[in-house]
Amino acid sequence: MNTDIYNESPVVHQPAFIDGHSVEIPILKILKQDGSIYENAIMPEIDRELATKTYKTLAFHRVLDERMVAAQRQGRISFYMAALGEEAASVGGAAGLKDQDMIMAQYREQGALMFRGFSLENFMNQMFSNEQDLGKGRQMPIHYGSNELNYMTISSPLGTQIPQAAGYAYGQKMQGLDAVTICYFGEGAASEGDFHAGLNMAAVHQSPVIFFCRNNGYAISTPSDEQYVGNGIASRGVGYGMKTLRIDGNDILAVIAAVQLAREYAVKEGKPVLIEAMSYRLGAHSTSDDPSGYRTREEEAKWQEHDPILRMKNWMLAQGWWDEVQETALFEKLRDEVLAAVKVSEKIDKPPVEDLITDVYDQAPPLLQGQLEQLKVHIKKYPDAYPFTAGRIK
Amino acid sequence: MAQMNLLQAINNALDTVMAENDRAVCFGEDVGHFGGVFRATSGLQEKYGKSRCFNTPLVEQGVIGFANGLAAQGSTPIAEIQFADYIFPAFDQIVNESAKFRYRSGNEFDVGKLTIRTPYGGGIAGGLYHSQSPEAYFAHTPGLKVVVPRNPYQAKGLLLASIRDDNPVVFFEPKRLYRASVGEVPEEDYQLPLGKAEVVQQGSDITLLAWGAQMEIVEKAAELAAADGISCEIIDLRTILPWDVETVANSVTKTGRFVVSQEAPLTAGFASEIAATIQQECFLHLEAPIARVCGMDTPYPLALEKEYVADHLKIYEAIKNSMTY
Ligand SMILES: Cc1ncc(C[n+]2csc(CCOP(=O)(O)OP(=O)(O)O)c2C)c(N)n1
Ligand SMILES: [Mg+2]
Repeated sequence: MNTDIYNESPVVHQPAFIDGHSVEIPILKILKQDGSIYENAIMPEIDRELATKTYKTLAFHRVLDERMVAAQRQGRISFYMAALGEEAASVGGAAGLKDQDMIMAQYREQGALMFRGFSLENFMNQMFSNEQDLGKGRQMPIHYGSNELNYMTISSPLGTQIPQAAGYAYGQKMQGLDAVTICYFGEGAASEGDFHAGLNMAAVHQSPVIFFCRNNGYAISTPSDEQYVGNGIASRGVGYGMKTLRIDGNDILAVIAAVQLAREYAVKEGKPVLIEAMSYRLGAHSTSDDPSGYRTREEEAKWQEHDPILRMKNWMLAQGWWDEVQETALFEKLRDEVLAAVKVSEKIDKPPVEDLITDVYDQAPPLLQGQLEQLKVHIKKYPDAYPFTAGRIK
Repeated sequence: MAQMNLLQAINNALDTVMAENDRAVCFGEDVGHFGGVFRATSGLQEKYGKSRCFNTPLVEQGVIGFANGLAAQGSTPIAEIQFADYIFPAFDQIVNESAKFRYRSGNEFDVGKLTIRTPYGGGIAGGLYHSQSPEAYFAHTPGLKVVVPRNPYQAKGLLLASIRDDNPVVFFEPKRLYRASVGEVPEEDYQLPLGKAEVVQQGSDITLLAWGAQMEIVEKAAELAAADGISCEIIDLRTILPWDVETVANSVTKTGRFVVSQEAPLTAGFASEIAATIQQECFLHLEAPIARVCGMDTPYPLALEKEYVADHLKIYEAIKNSMTY
C-alpha cells in the first residue's frame, strides 16, 4: 500500500486549507513573435530540413482550411473544421515525434496528418465522402484516419480516445517497441469522465503516452472560465502523479521541444506525460458555428497578433532558411493545388451500395446480407430516388 | 395563435415553466448565454439569470448526475444533452440512477422532476454520430418515460407535460424538423397527455404507426397509397414508454393490417416490441404479417444515407405488400 507519502507529510494541528491554485505552473516559451529566440532558451532538435518541412506543412494547413471553409460556403462540402491560429499544436506535435508513434487526435489536428504525408487527394476524398475515401464515405468531413500513417481514425464522441491512448501505449510498451502514443484533446473534452479515467489508467499502469491538451479558450461557445476553475488542465496531471508541462501553443519551437522531451521520457521511463498548450481558436468552432454570438471582435483581434505561422516564418527568415519569393510561390502553388483537387474529388462517385454493410463486422451476417439484397431490389424499382447508386446495381 | 417552428415551441415551453416555477433550472453544454447549439434555450439566461440557465462543463455524466441530485432535492432540472448520440456517457446515471431512484428507496426518494431534452435523428448529413435514434435503449428501462414529439404543437404540449410529470422523462426532439416544421402553437399554457398515442388520420384498410420525424415520412407514404385507393389510418405513438397499446390495438383490430416504421435499426428497435404485442393482441384480426420498416442493421452512414433510411418509398412498398398478401 502506498502510504509512505502520508508518513512523509508535514503534520499540522490547526485545520487549514491548501489553496486550489497552490501549484504554480510555468509556461514554456522559446520563440518570440518577431522571430527571435528568448535568452537562455534551450532549442529543440531542429535542422533546416525539419524546419522547412514543418513550415511548409503549416502553410498547407492554412491554405487547406481557408479553401475548404470557402468550399463549404459554396455548398460543395457539408461541413468543415478549421484550426486557424492553433496549427502549431498539431504540426509541431508530429514534428517532435517519430513516424512509428501513434497519433490519436480529437478532430482539429489535421496538421499532424499533413506532416505525416497524408496526400491532398486523401484529404479531399474524405471530405467529399466519395468511393476513394479511406473511410468509405461513412463519416462527416474531417474525420480522417490512416493505418499506414499511424493516425487513428477520428471519432466524434469527445474524450473517448483518451483512455484508449493509455491502452494503445501500454501495448506498444509491452511489445518493446520504440514507439509512443500522442493523444490530442481540447480543454473542453478534458472535462469528460474519459479524461480522468484515461490519465489515471496511464499513470497507474505506466503507459508511454503523451497527453496533449490544446487549450484554445473555448469549447464551442463555452469559454474556458466556465469549463473549469482550477489552474488549467496541467494542474490535473500533477494530481494524477504525472510529469506535466505547460507551453505556449503558438510557439512551434516550444511545441517541438516539449514533445521531443516528452517522447524521450515516455520511451525511457515508460510513463505518461501531460502537455497543456495554451492557444486560441481564432476561427469559428466549425462551419455550423458563428462566434459573434458569444465573443467580441476585440478579443479575436488580440490573438491575431500571436499567429503561430507568422511567428515561425519570422524565425525562418531570420535564420536565412526562407525568403519572401519562396513564400509567395509556396502559397500560390498550394492554393492552385487545393482548388484543382476539389474539382477532381467532387466528381468521383459515391461508394457503391455494397459498402453499406461491410465492416459492421469482419463479415456481414446473413440478416444484413438479406437487407442489402432487399435494398437492391427496391432501388431497381425506384432508380430515380437513389441516383448515387441506382446506375451501378447489377 | 402564433406560428412557431419546433425550436420556438420548445423555447416557449421552457419559458412557460421557468416563469411559473422558480425552481425550474435549464442547463447543459452551451445552453447558457449562447442558448444552445440549436438555440432552444435562447434568451432564457437573460430572462431568468445565470443561476437558472447555464453552461455546464463538457461532461454528460456530470450533467445528468447533477440533474439527478437537483431533482432528488426537489428542484426541477431540465437538462440538455447536445446530441442524443452523446447521451451514452450519461447512460449509467440515467439507466441505473434516474430510472431506479424511486424503486430502490421504496419511494423515500425520487427524481420525478427530472427532464432530459436531447435532439435525435438523421436526415441532416450527420453521419454516425449526429444521426442516431437511441430511444430503444431507454425503452428497455423501467422507471423512465420516453417521449418524442412530431411537430411544434406537439412539442410544446408534450414538453410541458414531461416537465410536470412526476417521473424522469427522456424527451427526444426531432432535430431535422427544428426549423423545417412550422405550425400553429398557442401562446398560452397547455399540456398533451403522456402515454397516449394519437390517431392523426382515420382510415380503414391499414394502420401505419411511427413517432417523431418519421411521422412525416409515413404520411407521405400514405399519400402515395391513397392515390392507389388504399385508406391508411395513421397513428403517432408520441410516448414510447409507457406506450399506448390500446389505441394501436383498436386500430389494427379495425384495419387488420399493420406497418410500423422507425428511423433506428431494425433489430431490437422499439418497432419490434410493438409488433410482438400487437400480434398477440390482434392475432385473429390480422390479414397480413406485421411489417417493420426501419433503418438497416448498421451504424448510420453518410454518403449512402438515402439508401439506408426507412424512406416513404420503402413504407409505400410495405403497405402494398401488406394489402396484396
Ligand atoms: C461526448 C460529446 N459531447 C458533446 C459533443 C459536441 N461537441 C463537439 S465539439 C465540442 C466542443 C469541444 O471543445 P474542446 O474540447 O475544447 O475542443 P475545441 O473544439 O476547442 O478544439 C462539443 C461540445 C461531442 N462531440 N461529444
Ligand atoms: Mg477548446
